[in-house]
Amino acid sequence: MRAFEYTSPKTVSEAADLLAEKGDLARVLAGGTDLIVQVREGKRHLERIVDIKDIPEANVLSYDPQAGLHLGSAVPCYKIYGDKAISAAFPALADSTHIIGGTAIQGRAAVGGNLCNASPAADTIPALIVLEATCIIAGTNGTREIPVEQFCTAPGITVLQNGEFLESLKVPAPKSNSSSFYLRFIPRNEMDIAVVGAGASVVLDDAKESIVSARIALAAVAPTPLFAEEASVLLAGRAASDESAIEEAAEAAKTIARPISDMRGSAEQRVHLVGVLTKRALNGAIQRVKES
Amino acid sequence: MAVEKEYKVIGTRPIRHDGVDKVTGRALYGADYQAAGLLHGRVLRSPHAHARIKSINTSRAEAYPGVKAVVTAADLTASQDKIVDLGEGAVNLKFMCDNILAREKALYKGHAVAAVAALNGHIAEEALELIDVEYEVLPSAIEVRAAMQDDAPLVHEDMKTDEMGKQSENSSNIASHFQHKKGDIEKGFAEADVVIEHDYVTGTVHQGYIEPHNASAVYNADGEITIWCSTQGAFNARGQVAEILQHPVSKVKVVPMEIGGGFGGKISVYLEPLAALLSKKSGRPVKVLMSREDVFESTGPTPASYVRVKIGATNDGRITAAEAYIAFEAGAYPGSPVGAAAMCVFSPYKIENGFIDAYDVLVNKAKTNAYRAPGSTNVAFATETIIDEICEKIGMDPIEFRLLNSAKEGDSRVDGPVFPRIGFIETVEAAKDHPHYSAPLEGKHKGRGTATGFWPNFAFKSSVSINVNPDGTISLVEGSTDIGGSRASIAMQAAEVLGISAESVHPTVVDTNSVGYTDVTGGSHTTYTTGLAAYEAAQDVKSQMIERAAKLWEVDAKEIEFADGIFRYVNGKEEEIDFKGLAEKLGQTGGPLMGRASVAPSGAGSSIGTHIVDVEVDVDTGKVEILRYTATQDAGKAIHPSYVEGQIQGGAVQGIGWALNEEYIFNEDGQMTNASFLDYRMPTSYDLPMIDAVIVEVPHPGHPFGVRGVGETPIVAPPAAIANAIYDAVGVRLTELPMSPERVLKALGKI
Repeated sequence: MRAFEYTSPKTVSEAADLLAEKGDLARVLAGGTDLIVQVREGKRHLERIVDIKDIPEANVLSYDPQAGLHLGSAVPCYKIYGDKAISAAFPALADSTHIIGGTAIQGRAAVGGNLCNASPAADTIPALIVLEATCIIAGTNGTREIPVEQFCTAPGITVLQNGEFLESLKVPAPKSNSSSFYLRFIPRNEMDIAVVGAGASVVLDDAKESIVSARIALAAVAPTPLFAEEASVLLAGRAASDESAIEEAAEAAKTIARPISDMRGSAEQRVHLVGVLTKRALNGAIQRVKES
Repeated sequence: MAVEKEYKVIGTRPIRHDGVDKVTGRALYGADYQAAGLLHGRVLRSPHAHARIKSINTSRAEAYPGVKAVVTAADLTASQDKIVDLGEGAVNLKFMCDNILAREKALYKGHAVAAVAALNGHIAEEALELIDVEYEVLPSAIEVRAAMQDDAPLVHEDMKTDEMGKQSENSSNIASHFQHKKGDIEKGFAEADVVIEHDYVTGTVHQGYIEPHNASAVYNADGEITIWCSTQGAFNARGQVAEILQHPVSKVKVVPMEIGGGFGGKISVYLEPLAALLSKKSGRPVKVLMSREDVFESTGPTPASYVRVKIGATNDGRITAAEAYIAFEAGAYPGSPVGAAAMCVFSPYKIENGFIDAYDVLVNKAKTNAYRAPGSTNVAFATETIIDEICEKIGMDPIEFRLLNSAKEGDSRVDGPVFPRIGFIETVEAAKDHPHYSAPLEGKHKGRGTATGFWPNFAFKSSVSINVNPDGTISLVEGSTDIGGSRASIAMQAAEVLGISAESVHPTVVDTNSVGYTDVTGGSHTTYTTGLAAYEAAQDVKSQMIERAAKLWEVDAKEIEFADGIFRYVNGKEEEIDFKGLAEKLGQTGGPLMGRASVAPSGAGSSIGTHIVDVEVDVDTGKVEILRYTATQDAGKAIHPSYVEGQIQGGAVQGIGWALNEEYIFNEDGQMTNASFLDYRMPTSYDLPMIDAVIVEVPHPGHPFGVRGVGETPIVAPPAAIANAIYDAVGVRLTELPMSPERVLKALGKI
């Protein structure tokens, strides 16, 4: 590990300037659970680390049943699943923040960091996609917003330009008769990285019998987490208890998976698991609506 | 069974002597070593599985500010073919040296090529990048069966096969080939009503100790070398360092630090000679640490293997013949545990007609090393699953089959040795009688399996000395690294002899200049052998104390006896004195008193365990959940039952990891792709039920308290037991380890 400069700006514009000055040789530090490991193992050589934990906008955590969730990019996982109202409104986000690393990691690791690390296997990204989150990106020229499914462009690469960083995320308030679910497959029960991850959100009608709309998202089956749009759309209007509809959605989700084979799983295993997990995520979300 | 003797200390559960230091973080491990002027060493390792080293240029690294020494194989003078005996089998000195620093070729990814000592670890790491190594990448042999082919790339161009003492003409990756025969194998199979034969493949598995290897050294101007390290055997490490550096053994002192696990993997030295060489060159103390990646890639895991087993039995459940073909990956240098595998493959069954054909095969991977019952787990996976299948075919309960076919005292193994008293039947009966075995198992895709594991156990050499303190306690000095609570179990044996409490013994593990020769903590021998040394040393103290009592009372020593902690007259005269009282009077009866013993017993008692496991298989994902686990094991006599249970539980857990997920994953270039605890998936507490450890006690006649080593046996049965349970749950037999979700899905035809 080579020596680097550590900075902790107090404002968004100060952070943007510090980043802009060093380009690719600067990197944002939130929880640091990915970044510190990468630097220590020599996988990333940096000249400057910009710690955003002193910036108020990056630490926002507010939820309002009408306005939805405003989540600063440095907010650690435990604050999300530890908040009853947020967990109840966005169960998929609670599911995913609860399984990143162990308890000690969850005390530091941030959802924003999970997103910016842009791992294809990131657990929170499918949850954010099915919850229709929007990214608020700050930079030297002010802020811009983009849907979360457009944020990652390749493994480890995002849309962030020089001088930009993720300031916060906005998640719309849940619709009535809706819920969400995230799960992953790992060979152990904890402390692992997803072989495949799947998130689903559903909106049912007032009778909770038919599906008004659904969203499905996948992790670890492509260079970036995917929004399975076609699989999601075909569920609209189908009965919530219609197993063949769930099966069709699972098959459609499998068609967009283009995984690699690596030490965590083979391509054929991953495609198979997309089907299994899509069904489990959809049924899990439907079950949650029915129980609510 | 013999009538249970009554003990005061043995069989109780005192708090371990090293407990407070360990739970408060005060215990000193190798990485804690500090010294004025300490330098930090790092090692440059080959990125290739097999490459000729055309040149190494260290000049840029040597010139880098803060770098104090750089070493390469050129600094090792002893690289020559010479067979040296380090007390546990002969080793070729050239291989030992070349494994420390690659000379002509790098033979595996992670093979050390050079080492640097610098003012801090960061500088040392940067200096590694300044060492210019020119490699010619060669094709590699990375899988045992492919490596055995005539056209396979040769790991050593001049390696000939040792064919039972004879050298082959042609070079080969097969370093040795041997066979064991008993009875008439063809006649045996002809008598069988059912014959089952399968091929089995097991992956490379690491011991996974939590503490990475480390070594610190001071090479003094007078040639005295002191090494502080994490080792299972300080004397063994001393011997290796002395040979590798061609240095007088008496001028090497090894100080064993506390050890964070070894399981067989901390017997070979890796960093110790490098630290010594770097210290010699720099004139300063040097500490060298491995990263976790280094530990996975550059230390000795247990071998991947290919095993084919064929067993015949009659319809009424008698084994008539058993045959095994065993090929083990030795890694880059000869010496896999295939010999031990051949001892274990059909033990502890009574086999009249047997044949074992075994191969030690070189591949371009790190030289393999011992791992808890080395070799036995690989072959038990084959034998114990075939037995399960035979039982299914003939309609017999596998527990009954084991009782029927158990070897007994006087029966011989296929490889020759005759069984002494063993506790096979007793562990099988304990499993049968356990509530787990008859508990209902309801629900879909759940199954139960059983398997037995065998390990012969070994008896090495140990020394102990005891000083009697004036307050009636004793200081016990030993050379056995304490890995699993052995300070306590050794101290308790001395306490029992002297009629004092376990807390009245102060055990210390000391360096190689401070105690008699003691072998490694391994082979499940420590509680047995070092315990025996403690027993003998305590006997020595006892007889000297009787003489002191005689002096005190001015009578002949023959008139005094010692029992229940009291010295008294044989003839019943009322005067008496306890151990503490007499210890207080040592000054007036002749001064300090110490006892000592060095022992080299023969015939450690084998240990056998029978396990029961319940699993649930997720048929959509292939994931296997362990629902319930019971392990019975013969401990001979459990000195400290908590640590016996701990060994049984720990061994079972490592066996579960091996069964389900642990393996080295290599790419086609022979490079490991999962060298971290993230992707080398050892089980965590979330993946395990409480392991119910059941201690069975069939005393070992060769030990005064009946001790049998217990550390290794419990890893042997789990993969076979789990495979049998998976079959019971979903009707497919897996023959490859680990039985990962992907392999289960494939067996189920889902992918």
